[in-house]
Amino acid sequence: MASTIFRSLHSHPFLFHPTALIRRKDVILYCTMRSAQTQTATQEKVKPQVKVSPHGTQSKALEKASKDYEAVIGIETHVQLNTLTKAFCSCPYNYGSPPNTSVCPICMGLPGALPVLNLKVIDSAVKVGLALNCKLSLNSKFDRKQYFYPDLPKGYQISQFDVPIATSGYIDLDLPLEFGGGHRKFGITRVHMEEDAGKLLHSEGGSYSQVDLNRAGVPLLEIVSEPDMRNGIEAAEYAAELQRLVRYLGVSNGNMQEGSLRCDVNVSVRPIGQLQFGTKVEIKNLNSFSSVSRAIDYEISRQVLLHSQGQDKEIVQETRLWEEGAQKTVTMRKKEGLADYRYFPEPDLPGVFLTTDYVDGIRNSLPELPETKRRRYEKMGLSMQDVLFLANDMNVAEFFDTTITKGADVKLATNWIMGDIAAYMKNEKLTINEIKLTPQELAELIASIKDGTISGKIGKEILFELLAKGGTVKGLIEAKDLVQIVDPAEIEKWVEKVLSENPKQLEQYRGGKTKLQGYFAGQVMKLSKGKANPGLLNKILLEKLNAKS
Amino acid sequence: MISTLQPPRSLSHFRSNPTLLLRYTSLKPLSSLSSQPVTHSTIPDQSQSPNPPSHSQILSTRHSLLSRHLTATQLAESFLTRLRLTEPHLRSFLHVSDSVLAQARELDEKIQRNEELGPLAGVLVAIKDNICTAEMPSTAGSRVLEGYTPPYDATAVRKIKELGGIVVGKTNLDEFGMGSTTEASAYQVTANPWDISRVPGGSSGGSAAAVSARQCMVSLGSDTGGSVRQPASFCGVVGLKPTYGRVSRFGLMAYASSLDVIGCFGTSVADAGILLHAISGHDRLDATSSKREVPDFSAQFVSMNLLESKPLKGLRIGLIRETLDDGVDTGVTSAVRTAALHLEELGCCVTEVSLPSFSLGLPAYYILASSESSSNLSRYDGVRYGNQVAADELNSQYMDSRAKGFGSEVHYVKRRILTGTYALSAGYYDAYYKRAQQVRTVIQKSFKTALDEHDILISPAAPSAAYKIGEKKNDPLAMYAGDIMTVNVNLAGLPALVLPCGFVEGGPAGLPVGLQMIGAAFDEGKLLKVAHIFEQTLQNCRFVPPLIADEVA
Repeated sequence: MASTIFRSLHSHPFLFHPTALIRRKDVILYCTMRSAQTQTATQEKVKPQVKVSPHGTQSKALEKASKDYEAVIGIETHVQLNTLTKAFCSCPYNYGSPPNTSVCPICMGLPGALPVLNLKVIDSAVKVGLALNCKLSLNSKFDRKQYFYPDLPKGYQISQFDVPIATSGYIDLDLPLEFGGGHRKFGITRVHMEEDAGKLLHSEGGSYSQVDLNRAGVPLLEIVSEPDMRNGIEAAEYAAELQRLVRYLGVSNGNMQEGSLRCDVNVSVRPIGQLQFGTKVEIKNLNSFSSVSRAIDYEISRQVLLHSQGQDKEIVQETRLWEEGAQKTVTMRKKEGLADYRYFPEPDLPGVFLTTDYVDGIRNSLPELPETKRRRYEKMGLSMQDVLFLANDMNVAEFFDTTITKGADVKLATNWIMGDIAAYMKNEKLTINEIKLTPQELAELIASIKDGTISGKIGKEILFELLAKGGTVKGLIEAKDLVQIVDPAEIEKWVEKVLSENPKQLEQYRGGKTKLQGYFAGQVMKLSKGKANPGLLNKILLEKLNAKS
Repeated sequence: MISTLQPPRSLSHFRSNPTLLLRYTSLKPLSSLSSQPVTHSTIPDQSQSPNPPSHSQILSTRHSLLSRHLTATQLAESFLTRLRLTEPHLRSFLHVSDSVLAQARELDEKIQRNEELGPLAGVLVAIKDNICTAEMPSTAGSRVLEGYTPPYDATAVRKIKELGGIVVGKTNLDEFGMGSTTEASAYQVTANPWDISRVPGGSSGGSAAAVSARQCMVSLGSDTGGSVRQPASFCGVVGLKPTYGRVSRFGLMAYASSLDVIGCFGTSVADAGILLHAISGHDRLDATSSKREVPDFSAQFVSMNLLESKPLKGLRIGLIRETLDDGVDTGVTSAVRTAALHLEELGCCVTEVSLPSFSLGLPAYYILASSESSSNLSRYDGVRYGNQVAADELNSQYMDSRAKGFGSEVHYVKRRILTGTYALSAGYYDAYYKRAQQVRTVIQKSFKTALDEHDILISPAAPSAAYKIGEKKNDPLAMYAGDIMTVNVNLAGLPALVLPCGFVEGGPAGLPVGLQMIGAAFDEGKLLKVAHIFEQTLQNCRFVPPLIADEVA
């Protein structure tokens, strides 16, 4: 059958139909704007001082007003799962493939085609559900969510409605110190499985749009938070923690730029003390954690301003778009009441039944999760800054853990990883898995410095050698003859040589200009090609300098 | 009427041949076909009885080919000739394959080389046009899919081809299967071979008429609320609706996914059973297809001369009381009662059984089927395939494409979409869709109880025999009411077989009446066994329509 499909599809590799063209004015670009700015994992730092206010001149008044109001923020996150094939057919999905090259009758919604669930989607959903401390529905189902849009081939999206696979969980996270630090626990309302829609490509002239269905049918998890966040930073950190989690679990690459992790945030504002929520506004087009944070802070300011001016009626339930260039949110569409998606149970798919054995199997296969890791590192005596750095990336954490297992000192290993190794990775744009240094050799290096075989300075040189070219610490020390000189007689010879060659400075020193000790130490070290043990060197040098006075 | 406005597509070449413009009343050229070998070798043992029981065309085809009495080409030619001659009167096909003879010749070469033949080798099969075929247009009888050829074969079609079957063409139907007369096709109205002023039933009217008129040997239909069984009854052929999940729905254009099944038509119970066996089984492309093993149904077909005097002794049969109520034609009731007597003579214990929830089936069915169809038909938006009406604005494009694409007669497709959309809307869901699902559960339970006490249940297949074209067209409620006998079975997902059991007055030679037999889930084997014995022992009935009676006499 495959060959038949290919034949008929290849005849129109891009447009199935000349009429896959839609007038642009009817179509609104949804969320997948590509940003030129690059994002490096979650270490993208949100600048805490950024506070955009709608009207600069009013910022003072606003600051005052904002003390009287509280923002309530909830987030809907779509996580694209990295299963080999789509949710309901055997098409692969690779980001950036030419349009409509990864499609079949099923994901194109051709007449007569039926969905068959990819069981890996359930595995991923259960993993995420467990990792988010959710209650799992052992008996859930799929539903159809119905609406018309050119990127939705069947006229409905296969999703889960009233019985999502996971509910009532929470996520723990630690705010970075630069944002005031502190531990937070945010509620998770639900996690459900659904399929992605295609993408619309708008023509340059704007007279028509084209449909790319490569992404149609790609599995998503929608994760809905409780409205527990109160500012942009908390929301951005929540998103970052979700990204960390799905990467730890290996269910998604969590890449925001590619749209593998998409956040839609709901923001409302209410006077402090009021129990009832204010009117919520949804914000889309958030392509980075910093835009999540900035868009929310902007939106809070906008709403607080309206409240403080008695214009809170101007806040309407609507979807607003974050404009990265202008750093503000603008109206995308106003909702007239709730959209009626006419959900009903998907008759083409049987119910999803989980056994406790299956769930236990998944539970036992889960890796150590970020929160557990952070608490463990904390107990090891590391500072929160160190903890957050190490636990941020599962591979860095694993590198660190292995280094420790090989006997390295915890604090020293942390310093090396966070210092020179991180700097090297950043400069060379490499991940920790791509550098040539192994945890074994890092442990060896730390041990060699600690036991005095090499000096710290030599250690650094060796480190860069190891990072770039690999090899072993022992091998490099031998090859380059870098073993530290700890023989007092040898050092004494160098000291004497330096003193005899610098009579003028010696005289000045003995005349009271004791600062010159550093100069002599440097000369001796230079003579030893850096190999003299600094402690011994200074001890002998002092003895000699002060001997004949 | 639709047919006068829209000439048949792909069949217009038939009309250009003046010798084929025959009047129904003088079918003399047909009788000249009687010298063709097919009439002799496919209807054996005629000398023994004036009204021989229906025999398996599939088995005799196989026998003829293997014994080299006939070539596949000869067989195909004789059917194609009859198809050409009868088609102007019946209009059962929306598309006729142009490769039938080529495939037959290929098969003859295989026979010459003594290659192994598939169980359906040389069998001429017609396919309802809402079932996808890769090499032929598949329109579901709708303008919205005019000219659409799918890139793949439905699983059932693939299996037929793999077993050697030759697809003759695509048969007419009510648009997307929504209707009971085949009048709701966007292309043409099909006539009943027993009386061409009457409807063949529907929605699989084309498939039923084609088998009845021997335009093909067997055919595939689809049954959402009776669309195989009711036309089988109207056209005097065997119609088999399998258990939901027995046959893959992959490639069947969905009407109501939880009710739809692909079913079989044949001129004998054996043919329907053999065809069902060919298309049954789990399909990894249909998550609702069952993994149950498919038994060899043909093992159930005991030869007539081996039958004891009471071959069905001890079999408990329940005659559903509610199906003989007011509103059912007396001719139909009496034919079914006569059939019940016949079953008793065969040794069955026939008792009346009441299904109190029976009358709830129709409203529940129409809510569920409409709800699912409103969703299933959303994909016909003119964006990716099918007819599109160009517009400046997206919503207009949707509205115009769908308004023009779906049939102009509102009470078929459009009424169902509207009804279903309404039933699923916020605030109405609980009152309609959810309640209908509850009724469905009640109906399933009541069938379960009745089938715990009986081996099979029997009823008429329809409240009347075939009625006149146009008679109920503008009375949707009357047409909906005609589905009362069949929809409950779909709601329960059970297998049911309809076979002709007698006649009522009407038309030039009387009109056939079908008996419906309902079995427990996945118990098609028992239905086929009982139906086969019933068929082989039925006296003084011969279900060959007058249109071709001379030829097949």
